[in-house]
Amino acid sequence: MLKTEFNNNTLTVYLDGEIDHDSACKIRQRIDCSARSLCPRLLCMNFEKVSFMDSSGVGLVMGRYRQMKLLGGSLRVTNVPDRIYRIFAMSGLEELGVLR
Amino acid sequence: MKTVNQMRLSFPSKSRNEAFARGAVSAFITALDPTVSELNDLKTAVSEAVTNCIVHGYRRKNGTIYIYASVREDNTVTVKIRDKGVGIEDIEQAMQPLFTTSPEEERAGLGFAVMQSFCDKVRVKSAPGKGTTVTLIKKIGADE
Repeated sequence: MLKTEFNNNTLTVYLDGEIDHDSACKIRQRIDCSARSLCPRLLCMNFEKVSFMDSSGVGLVMGRYRQMKLLGGSLRVTNVPDRIYRIFAMSGLEELGVLR
Repeated sequence: MKTVNQMRLSFPSKSRNEAFARGAVSAFITALDPTVSELNDLKTAVSEAVTNCIVHGYRRKNGTIYIYASVREDNTVTVKIRDKGVGIEDIEQAMQPLFTTSPEEERAGLGFAVMQSFCDKVRVKSAPGKGTTVTLIKKIGADE
């Protein structure tokens, strides 16, 4: 469901497939587990291969934003497909400055 | 206007059924030749409504979710998603963007806002203790 990569203090998570309330719970656990053990300065969430996302994806990103702040790092969200961007735009996430 | 096709589904309120529910509705409307974006819009709205039934209606306890979908002659699709859960006290408040009763679950509070933005019309009927019915209406082929 997701691949991760860690180098130069950056943890990159390549999300894949469908993100809904069901899968978001599992993705959240995987990311938080890696982030806590690696303590990256930057968490990068790559959405390129996400084929479907509902508002659970917004909760997932907002939660990781808070989590990274607590760990003293920051978050970046990249390669968001257009049809998914619309939900992010509605959420006010743009104002956090994490979307690239 | 005449109803030309319809279907009914019922399934347990388990989160693994979210993908099944939106997939089934999407398969049902495929014959109308929707655009990728119309299909995605309806799938997203159904996913939001079903998640609401599981997380809020039944508060993660066992229950049954009912879906009734119909198509009219003019390619208008109506999808009713119903639970017999706790119901909503204040529908207006529940529909406010960013309002959520489950922040600890990282719910963004965008469910109804997404449904409204991705469908032509959204109706909510609810009574505390009796459950909630969300009706999503979307015309297929309106994009062109």
